[in-house]
Amino acid sequence: MKNMKKILCAALAVAMTATCAVLFTGCGAKASPDKISIGGIGPITGDVAIYGTAVKNGAQIAVDEINALGGLQIELNFQDDVNDAEKGVNAYNNLMDWGMQILMGTVTSTPSVSVSSEANEDRVFMLTPSASSTDVIGGFPDAAGNVNIARKDNVFQLCFTDPNQGIGAAQYIADRKLGEKIAVIYNSSDVYSTGIYDMFMVTAADLGLNIVSVTSFTNETATDFNVQLNEAKNAGADLVFLPIYYTPATLMLKQADAMGYEPSFLGVDGMDGILTVEGFDTSLAEGLMFMTPFASAEHPDFTNKYVAAHGVEPNQFAADAYDCIYAIYEACKIAGIDGSTPAAEACEKLIAVFTDPEFSVDGLTGAGMQWTADGLVSKIPQAVVIKDGKYIGM
Amino acid sequence: MTFLNYLINGISLGSVYAIIALGYTMVYGIAKMLNFAHGDVIMIGAYVSFIITSKMGLPAIVSVLAAVVVCTVLGIFIERLAYKPLRNATSLAVLITAIGVSYFLQNSALLIWGSDPKSFNSIVHFDSIKLFDGQLVITSEAIVTVLACIVIMIALTIFTGHTKLGKAMRAVSEDKGAAQLMGINVNSTISMTFAIGSALAAIAGVLLCSAYPTLLPTTGSMPGIKAFTAAVFGGIGSIPGAMIGGILLGVIEVFASAYISDKLSNAIVFGVLIIVLLVKPTGLLGKKINEKV
Amino acid sequence: MKKWKNLSSKTRSDFLTYTMVIVAFIVLRVLSAFGMLSNSLTGLLVPLCAYIIMAVSLNLTVGVLGELSLGHAGFMSVGAFSGVIACAGMESFIPNPILRLVIAVVIGGILAGITGFLIGIPVLRLRGDYLAIVTLAFGEIIKNIINCLYIGIDGSGLHFSLISSADLALENGRVVINGPVGAVGVQKLSTFTFGFVLVMLTLIVVLNLKRSRTGRAIMAVRDNRIAAESVGISITKYKMIAFITSAVMAGAAGVLFAMNYTSLTSSKFDFNQSILILVFVVLGGLGNIRGSIIATVILYLLPEILRPIQDYRMLIYSIVLIVVMLTTNSEKAKLFIEKQKAKLKEKKEKGGAKGE
Repeated sequence: MKNMKKILCAALAVAMTATCAVLFTGCGAKASPDKISIGGIGPITGDVAIYGTAVKNGAQIAVDEINALGGLQIELNFQDDVNDAEKGVNAYNNLMDWGMQILMGTVTSTPSVSVSSEANEDRVFMLTPSASSTDVIGGFPDAAGNVNIARKDNVFQLCFTDPNQGIGAAQYIADRKLGEKIAVIYNSSDVYSTGIYDMFMVTAADLGLNIVSVTSFTNETATDFNVQLNEAKNAGADLVFLPIYYTPATLMLKQADAMGYEPSFLGVDGMDGILTVEGFDTSLAEGLMFMTPFASAEHPDFTNKYVAAHGVEPNQFAADAYDCIYAIYEACKIAGIDGSTPAAEACEKLIAVFTDPEFSVDGLTGAGMQWTADGLVSKIPQAVVIKDGKYIGM
Repeated sequence: MTFLNYLINGISLGSVYAIIALGYTMVYGIAKMLNFAHGDVIMIGAYVSFIITSKMGLPAIVSVLAAVVVCTVLGIFIERLAYKPLRNATSLAVLITAIGVSYFLQNSALLIWGSDPKSFNSIVHFDSIKLFDGQLVITSEAIVTVLACIVIMIALTIFTGHTKLGKAMRAVSEDKGAAQLMGINVNSTISMTFAIGSALAAIAGVLLCSAYPTLLPTTGSMPGIKAFTAAVFGGIGSIPGAMIGGILLGVIEVFASAYISDKLSNAIVFGVLIIVLLVKPTGLLGKKINEKV
Repeated sequence: MKKWKNLSSKTRSDFLTYTMVIVAFIVLRVLSAFGMLSNSLTGLLVPLCAYIIMAVSLNLTVGVLGELSLGHAGFMSVGAFSGVIACAGMESFIPNPILRLVIAVVIGGILAGITGFLIGIPVLRLRGDYLAIVTLAFGEIIKNIINCLYIGIDGSGLHFSLISSADLALENGRVVINGPVGAVGVQKLSTFTFGFVLVMLTLIVVLNLKRSRTGRAIMAVRDNRIAAESVGISITKYKMIAFITSAVMAGAAGVLFAMNYTSLTSSKFDFNQSILILVFVVLGGLGNIRGSIIATVILYLLPEILRPIQDYRMLIYSIVLIVVMLTTNSEKAKLFIEKQKAKLKEKKEKGGAKGE
């Protein structure tokens, strides 16, 4: 037994030396100096691997397209963060060793808040395709009007912020008079969902919407929604607002159908992708409305390429990532950035370009996207409704 | 009426926990190990069933059988490779290996089937029962799950109580050394337990995903933990205990989120568990441990 | 040298542990001063210190006390969040960041200790797997409650709420803990040196406790509860001592960890986190403090080293985990290694004989 331990110790020591050797030198692979090195961070394993994978794949399509043009070349290095701040920062440091010039990420809000602070400190330009919490860019008052985190001037978003979506949804309901009595079901353990919910409630109160039922669930209890649906049903709600992702929504729609409850449902951009869920009975989503910047049917080129490469329909995350790469590419061309520009220099140049009112990008998720100094993107959300198993613009 | 509705929801959620807990408790009761990979075997079973019904278009019953076969083989395989060499090691070593197996299954599923969710088509094809003009709905999946649960519970009880192999299992669970002396092949008995546990996992996977049809590589982990809780609740190792524990857990979860707080329902479930264990330290139907001095 | 030989093997082993940590610290410091450390490794140092403290403290519960705990991350969570609140609260009147960090660590440790005491009362009445499930349950409860917690700070002090951030009614303040969003805008105060000091403190506490009268009593409770009781050792008292000490250190580790990132969510400290730390402890050897440190270093760095292989990273991690558990615990592997050793010895002896 004692010898055993000694052997183990020796083996561990060898492993440790090897470990240290790899880490000290900052790992073998280095970014090539004649290509622009873009780092990507997102979850490609774990619970929300789908979003990171979509971003990774969408971005790679854009990179391949740009590289095929022959001009400015791009190299993308995408690292896993398992939707966790600690792993996100680890991934970021790993990319710094690789020689990242620009960061496209992170995909989800939780790690993004920490990573964006690091990028802000190190002066690395960061454009996130989908981390929609306002804490990512900073300097934005929350629903109660408190500014909890200072503006990080080199961090920009390509997606709508959560509060923005909450306001948009409330206004949309008021404008179109979608429902008399409104129920809200949100995920109280999710940053994205609560972000939208908080602002929706504030705006709804201002607009005088009649909210009859508010219920929530958590990631741990996201299997049974009968309680939430029952409360909405008993309160007589004719419109249910769902600021949640589509994975729990597929379950919720099925359970509503099983209990014979048929209100209209309104979702947010997280609902995009619901029709692509393999095996999902799309008739359940009939009449579901949601606001999204991207409808795959309107962009057949990208959609076909994505399907050919990965066998599934692209969702909004893939489109956002695709747009991110193009936005960075266009900005690099204007600013004269190439593979040899140091990250800090590229950062200042890119901030100048992105905040320039002349700079605009036409992408899959919107035409004429522009950015302001507070990090927000301006593009127009599109409301779509599902009819006959297809997204139809409203 | 609302109360009745919630009660029915609770029972249908609980029956899913119960059916997973039966597998947990079976393996624990005999092999005395916490098989944390059980939830992931469930996930594999559900994927197998999904592929056969949705991709190959074969009937549901075939998919269930295939899932059972695949999971049983997988269970035996895992047992041979990962658990058998540790038969005489500490229970903690086995626990960590089980966690390793759980990570392995999850990540393999991620590589094989991808990270996008699949929507599982229910294997149950008759209509839900609607009472009082549709005010009270009992879904067909709930009926099948509860029935399956009862059938499995009775079958397991008879099996462990009255068959030769079942008695051998109980003997192994009581005292491995003595069982061996009585001519029982301890190794093959434990392997057999795993085979049965994994077959149950396959059925649980199919029923879990029929009732709650979202399928992801991580689908098994949360129900796995809940089912483990349910098994302890009812007294781990006790077959009727697993069933009662599972159903109670489901009912408490639904009632907590309906009548107390939907944000804190998970905390309430675990709070109740702690209180129960304080009053009955070995769970509701658990055997009292007699200390030898 | 003579003195060294005169020391008992236990004392020598302890010294070896201290020396190992100190040497590692000095080497890393020197390398860092010469700019030879990569960003990756530099970024990993503070969390590594936090995980080492977590593993060592859990080893006290699992290895020394012999009770399986599946909710150790819960204490880390309590420590982390109370540390963040304390730090935010002191910002206005204690300008010195190091002093603030030290006070935050103390507060985090104390609050985690109090939680440990409260949990310990029911938990320690139970045994074996029932105790394990109750610790798991407490971990989940803590996670769930912090997930609903809103804490803000303004001119008039701290505000608490379980409803929403608007419910805090802050005047020109900022929200410190924002429900599911967790803590944002945390000041990054943790440094590697501070982490090292905490690791050393933890080692001093644990190693000395292990060698003390109290430690022997705790181990007696582990090895034979009834025998221990019959010689007049108070089971509850010694179990409590071990459990609370372990919780306090986990709380301190939580503060160290939290202060290394600008944001922190309660979902970080879930069941998987507890399991991760348990893996460090079991792999390092139950009751073996040095083993815990080494296992933590290797297992924490492993996924980072495996980054180049991307998709297969976690798969390989899991395989490594299984293989290591099998080789260190299975009978067959042990026999195989013994045989190889015997062969080697034989060869050596033969070689030696020839030489003569």
